[in-house]
Amino acid sequence: MIEIRAVTKSYDGRPALDDLTLSVAAGEALAVLGASGSGKSTLLNLVAGLDRPTGGTVTVAGTRVDDLSETALARYRRARVGMVFQFFNLLDDLTVLDNVLLPAQLSRTPRRAARDRAEELLGKLGVLRHARAFPGRLSGGERQRVAVARALMNRPPLLLADEPTGALDTASAADVRDLLAELNAEGQTMLLVTHDTALAAACATRTIELADGRVTRMVTR
Amino acid sequence: MSALGRIVRSGVARKRVQTLVLTLTTMLAVTASVLAAGLVVASQGPFDHAFGRQHGAHLTARFDGGRATPEQLAATVHAPGVTAASGPFAVVTLRPSFTVDGDTPSAPPMTIAGRADPHGTVDSMDLLEGRWATARGEIVLDGDHGAPVPIGEKVTFPEAPGRPTLRVVGRARSIGRSADAWVVPAQAAALTTHPEYEVLYRFKDAATGAQIKADRAAIAAAAPRGSLTGAGSYLEIRHAAQRETATFVPFIVAFGVLALAMSVLTIGVVVNAAVAAATHRIGVLKSLGFTPSQVVTGYVGKALIPAAIGTALGVVFGNVLAVPAMSEQGRAYQTGSRSIAPWIDVAVAAAALAAVAFTALLPALRAGRLRAAEAIAIGRAPRPGRGRAVRRLLGRLPLPRALSLGLAAPFARPARSVAMGLALMLGTAAVAFGTGLALSLNAIQDGLNKDTPGTVVAHTFGRTQFQGPPPQNSGPQNGAPPQNGAPPQNGGPNPLPNGSQPPGGSGSGSGRDPRLPQAADPAAVARTIAAQAGTRRYFGMSTAEVGVAGLTRAATLIAYTGDASWGSFQLVSGRWFKGEGEAVAPSGLLKAAGARVGDTLTLTNAGRTARVRIVGEVLLLREDGMDVLTDTASLTPLRMNLDPGMTEFEIDLKDGTDAHAYATALDGALQKIGASAERTNRQLSATVIAMDGLAGMLTALLVAVAGLGVLNTVVLDTRERVHDLGVLKALGMAPRQVVSMIITTVGLVGLCFAAAGIPLGIAIHAAVLPLMGKAAGTGIPEADLAVYHVPQLAVLLLGGVLIAVAGALLPAGWAARTRTSTALRTE
Repeated sequence: MIEIRAVTKSYDGRPALDDLTLSVAAGEALAVLGASGSGKSTLLNLVAGLDRPTGGTVTVAGTRVDDLSETALARYRRARVGMVFQFFNLLDDLTVLDNVLLPAQLSRTPRRAARDRAEELLGKLGVLRHARAFPGRLSGGERQRVAVARALMNRPPLLLADEPTGALDTASAADVRDLLAELNAEGQTMLLVTHDTALAAACATRTIELADGRVTRMVTR
Repeated sequence: MSALGRIVRSGVARKRVQTLVLTLTTMLAVTASVLAAGLVVASQGPFDHAFGRQHGAHLTARFDGGRATPEQLAATVHAPGVTAASGPFAVVTLRPSFTVDGDTPSAPPMTIAGRADPHGTVDSMDLLEGRWATARGEIVLDGDHGAPVPIGEKVTFPEAPGRPTLRVVGRARSIGRSADAWVVPAQAAALTTHPEYEVLYRFKDAATGAQIKADRAAIAAAAPRGSLTGAGSYLEIRHAAQRETATFVPFIVAFGVLALAMSVLTIGVVVNAAVAAATHRIGVLKSLGFTPSQVVTGYVGKALIPAAIGTALGVVFGNVLAVPAMSEQGRAYQTGSRSIAPWIDVAVAAAALAAVAFTALLPALRAGRLRAAEAIAIGRAPRPGRGRAVRRLLGRLPLPRALSLGLAAPFARPARSVAMGLALMLGTAAVAFGTGLALSLNAIQDGLNKDTPGTVVAHTFGRTQFQGPPPQNSGPQNGAPPQNGAPPQNGGPNPLPNGSQPPGGSGSGSGRDPRLPQAADPAAVARTIAAQAGTRRYFGMSTAEVGVAGLTRAATLIAYTGDASWGSFQLVSGRWFKGEGEAVAPSGLLKAAGARVGDTLTLTNAGRTARVRIVGEVLLLREDGMDVLTDTASLTPLRMNLDPGMTEFEIDLKDGTDAHAYATALDGALQKIGASAERTNRQLSATVIAMDGLAGMLTALLVAVAGLGVLNTVVLDTRERVHDLGVLKALGMAPRQVVSMIITTVGLVGLCFAAAGIPLGIAIHAAVLPLMGKAAGTGIPEADLAVYHVPQLAVLLLGGVLIAVAGALLPAGWAARTRTSTALRTE
């Protein structure tokens, strides 16, 4: 699913990723651990097509992500990846349902089908009752569930999560851990960037640890 | 540099768009204000200053010397309301003859007054050059309106007893135009056997036309019955003197008000937005020890620095733009002042900076009052959600999501959207007004060009004789030499339209100066035109001077021969004349004569009268609009000898006729009989060109500021929403969709407010054009006001949207290019 070959990413001459080579198979859940500045988020951004490597190649589901134009990257993000963020990144001015519908609307999915899918996801994740509410009225855990629903809206083959439990209390974090583990169990490929070893332990089929842009440890469950 | 100074400097340098917007809006407002105030003051200044210095006459009264003696007239100084008087002076009106540069031009009659001294309690004249006349045989000419004869040269008066020739010894200026020339009293007495007298009065109350009318009545009552033959008010001369500059004032004031409103609006938005965007920063500054007053000073300073630069630039531009409008007045009154008075520059600059400071003070005070902890908290808290219902509603529409998000965006920040919309509305109003002004001015110019309506014009002069502009168009004083034409040379059928008599074709032949060149016979010219292939229709126009009962000065008579309806002047009201006994006249003459359409005027010439009914008011500005236009047949009772030299023919060509070839061929044929033809050379009025240029420039500046206002607002919005944009891009929103979303946002605002701006612009146009017409001394034809039609309105609406879109393109592109990962990190 993900093929990273000899990727280097530098900011102002300082390498965030240093000649990194990595593969993630379909159905796998890879957790990336590491201290701040180790290159975790940079790796996630490169896979998501939010940033471009200084050197090397990033291929996701057969597509060379590092080679794509901005418009093609937008299409790639719509169709191939779903993203979950530490601070949810829900749009405050849209209702829960409208937030979840956004990826489908950007992909011009038929309205009926999009709505059915959104309600299905919200139901499955236990937040359907909040469909008409605005995100500001939801708890952190509920917001992250909404964010996961939004990420899965277009049935992406790859789910990317950046510290998905980082802004949650213990109970909510456990809730999200269970949810992600469940998704992976259903076959969803995932790349998790986290400090949360519990999350890695609960969800990941494989864990790597980064330091100074290099893989320093790899554990396969 | 102090900490506060550094904060202000960094704020000005870092916020380049805001700084640019503030600079340009202030510059525009100051430019327009300096122009408006400068022109208003200048239009009042030179004449009033000169009038006060010369103790100009409020009323110049003419008396019949056969009905009143000088002693009786001197007694009129005791009439009620009179505070001072000069005279009586003997006056006579005679046509001069002189030679300038080997040419002997036709000159209109001049009023010559007998005065021993240029000074007096009233009308204390300026001697411009030379000296005053001290003996018989000498004459002093008016510096502005007198014959163009150099000092030392001679002027002959063929109509005066003994054909006296006088030597020009000086040039003087009477602000009240009390005469065209002055001689010693003994010389004046020698120029006529039937003298008239002139007395110059000043009154206690003479500020209005009604007061002058009352003063005139008092003089008429004090003088021997029936002896007052005419009186001229200084108000008319003042109005004429101020006319050109005053014509500029209404539209420049309109632009100035628009610019001021836009400036206040834009400055308010910019400073408010700066405070809103920097709330967190303000909190940090306060936590570091900045006092509230330092915060206030900092924000006012950030607004004042670019405003000061804009003000300085505006003063410079205002002065530069004022030059063409003011130079005429500077020349006319020799004030030496062809620029804005310095005190206006200072006053406008101070007012502009005060306005900016005040506008900036309100949000700055708000910033100063914020408590540090509160400011930091507000700066970080998510903004209150507004317009959610609209968002939800628009989300249900079958539109691409980028568009529906864009349409909903204005409702998230309604106050800012309205402010941006108002700036757009004013910008669109400026475009609508400026466009309408240009269209109206062009239509008016077309109307004024109706004094040469034909494609080709034929003159009764050959090339060797005709040196200047067509005599018809330039007035009698600059035209061809006067003479009386010979009767038709052959006995063929009368070729003139409607079988009428040729203009000037039956003169008496008396009194003609043998040195003057011979004009061609108008009838022969008409026959040649009729015979020329390509002629569709034509008519003759003859110019002469004629008296009009009730007027103290002669009017210019334009006598038409043939059907001139196809080349008629634009009508302000009424209709074109249809034949004998009917006439049309410009607003100037009607106002001076106190007449209206439907009234009857009595034309006078050499003791004979002819009555014509005014059936229309025409747009005609030359000679202060003192013209009467009628059919030649209406003049039969006057037995006027229309001068063939003052006749021309306007020719309309058949479709498909090459005008140049026609003019060349006709010219060749006319040269054989001593006449000529040429293509009509329509010249644009310098005033209209100046107005068009000025209005275009002010419109462009206002549009630029409106566009910059949009740009500034979208930049602020985009910066605020950069995180949301990052999320949308992370979810797959393509750059093109980002641009579409932002353009849709401003497009909606642009469409709504441009739609409101157009009627505002039309309303300003409807209010300003009549004021300009009034300043120019004419009504404006309805057709010249009705310039907005559906295509123009559609283009204006589109223009408003384009201003908005153009202003948003730059930040939209910036938003589309922003790196998603960077935007997502922005909390």
